[in-house]
Amino acid sequence: MITIDDYRRVAPPGAVDMLLRLAERVRERRLLHVSGGRFGGGSAEILHTLVPMMADLGVDAGWEITGGDPGFYTTATALRAALDGAERVLTDEALDHYVEMNRINAKKLSLDADLVLVHDVQPSTLIERRTGQSRWVWRCHFDCSRAQRRAWTFMRPWINQYDAAIFSLPRFGRRLGIPKYVIAPSIDPLSEKNRDLTSREVTTILRGLGLAQDRPILLQVAPFTAAEDPLGVINAYRLVKKHYNVRLVLAGTGDPDREGVEMLAELREAAQHDPDIAVLELPPDAHVQINALQRAATIVLQKSVHESFSLGAAEAMWKGKPVVGGFAGGLTQQIIYDVTGYTVHSVEGAAFRLRHLLNNPELIARMGAAGREHVRRSFLVTRHLTDYMALLIHLTR
Amino acid sequence: MTTALVPFQFIGCVELRQALDHRARDERELLDRLEDVPPGSIFYHTHGYFLRHRPITTAYGNDFAAWVAVHVRDQVLAERLAVINPFEMANLEDLREELMSVVHDHLLRLSTVPRVEFGEVFHFQQSHIVEVPLGPAATTLQEFRTGLAEVDASAIYFHMVEARARLGRRSGDFAEWIRGGLGRPALADRIQRIDAYMTSLERVRARVLALVDAELEEAGA
Repeated sequence: MITIDDYRRVAPPGAVDMLLRLAERVRERRLLHVSGGRFGGGSAEILHTLVPMMADLGVDAGWEITGGDPGFYTTATALRAALDGAERVLTDEALDHYVEMNRINAKKLSLDADLVLVHDVQPSTLIERRTGQSRWVWRCHFDCSRAQRRAWTFMRPWINQYDAAIFSLPRFGRRLGIPKYVIAPSIDPLSEKNRDLTSREVTTILRGLGLAQDRPILLQVAPFTAAEDPLGVINAYRLVKKHYNVRLVLAGTGDPDREGVEMLAELREAAQHDPDIAVLELPPDAHVQINALQRAATIVLQKSVHESFSLGAAEAMWKGKPVVGGFAGGLTQQIIYDVTGYTVHSVEGAAFRLRHLLNNPELIARMGAAGREHVRRSFLVTRHLTDYMALLIHLTR
Repeated sequence: MTTALVPFQFIGCVELRQALDHRARDERELLDRLEDVPPGSIFYHTHGYFLRHRPITTAYGNDFAAWVAVHVRDQVLAERLAVINPFEMANLEDLREELMSVVHDHLLRLSTVPRVEFGEVFHFQQSHIVEVPLGPAATTLQEFRTGLAEVDASAIYFHMVEARARLGRRSGDFAEWIRGGLGRPALADRIQRIDAYMTSLERVRARVLALVDAELEEAGA
């Protein structure tokens, strides 16, 4: 079992002591997280780490989840997508049902705490059931700056009932009548996806995936969707391939909708004609495989054209890899240009930077080391927990 | 060795960032917003830069210069903003005036206003500092030296930057305590003169430690 002391060997010097001191100040207060589920990525993934860490620090922390019938989940999913900028149909009846289901949730859940952190869309209307002196904060994990008007018109009055909102980047928020705090997400350096692996483990896992390590590997780990531009990555690889004998690995999960199926078919078609391109469709729990792939890579790509705050770049940098990423979402925060990698605006830009790095191997090592230190300071769960405890102190004093 | 009646307590800090509803897409909007935003936002984007950029020192001394260079791609204004030393200003309003004056003067020389084309809009923020007492309190110079060597780097920021710029303790906490608590005005003056601009918190720590070590060596000799 991982304890808070285990983080001393990976966190910046003094970070764990800072956490212990902060924990002393919040020991009499209760922090409750409420999310839409316990499984999957996003808020659930990080709460699996944060909540036990808080307990280990002696902080009274809880985690409740909301549930409902299929109509509730369908509406919450559509509302989340519409707030993220996608076009969705949201009827009054569906939205009323969603609110009503959360009223039932509120009766079942224990929501007493000094600070209640409500994550994302599904549980957001629970705010109408707040009681007593507790402070409620809405934690938004995505970019709602380009929300569909109808979705935002519905959501805004609910959010304004909170004491504050948290966004991952300043530009991810919209105008609200409450304070908007900025807290970046984080990675857990001791999780299966990020823990140290021996070179033997890496080799064994790659062999299991059918990949050879005989040449430099360019890697992108991302869903096979247009937003992650995997076809752009293949085009960049082809420009690089004229000069360097490299392999390209595209690893990710497929999207079951029509666009996702077509994208995967196109990628497989491209891979069929080039034995040095590997398209790996991985299950959602392939954490150790992703870990091994990132460690085996020479350079990691994250050539997204529309990102929320995906932490793929931070994960790769934690493994000492330079990252060539799209100029989108949280990538511009994670990648320090010319220090830990490069942000690019085009396929040609990606190819140029890949060639630049392959031609200057000493840069790969230097940027990789700088990237790991950047992540150590800014994107580890210890920093994330520090921010949450500071928020608890700030809002409940 | 002199023992202080009032011990020195190291205080680390956590910066809680808050987004404001002010943004700039071009240098004219930057000028306008600089006039409007609360003083805490000026502090955050200038002095606060040193807390956020402590591991990897970048080429710009504040967020405004960094944005103009990286996103607007106007190297001339970036250079002029970067050399503004926030630690030389008497207060945040003077710093705001200086920033505005530089942007205004730059715009007077241009026929078109440089704007973001492929970069990011500038979002103004401010911060709330949550103080965290760290380590045992020091009553002698030797104990102070031991504590300073081990304390989280945010404590260097709190005592050398936050105390001076926002809490009105112009000498900084280290110099103030060494002068008042330990009666060592010469050492206090030397620490007060350390230039925290365009360096890392670790370098500031190393400079204070070097001065304290020299003093301890002299006292022991």
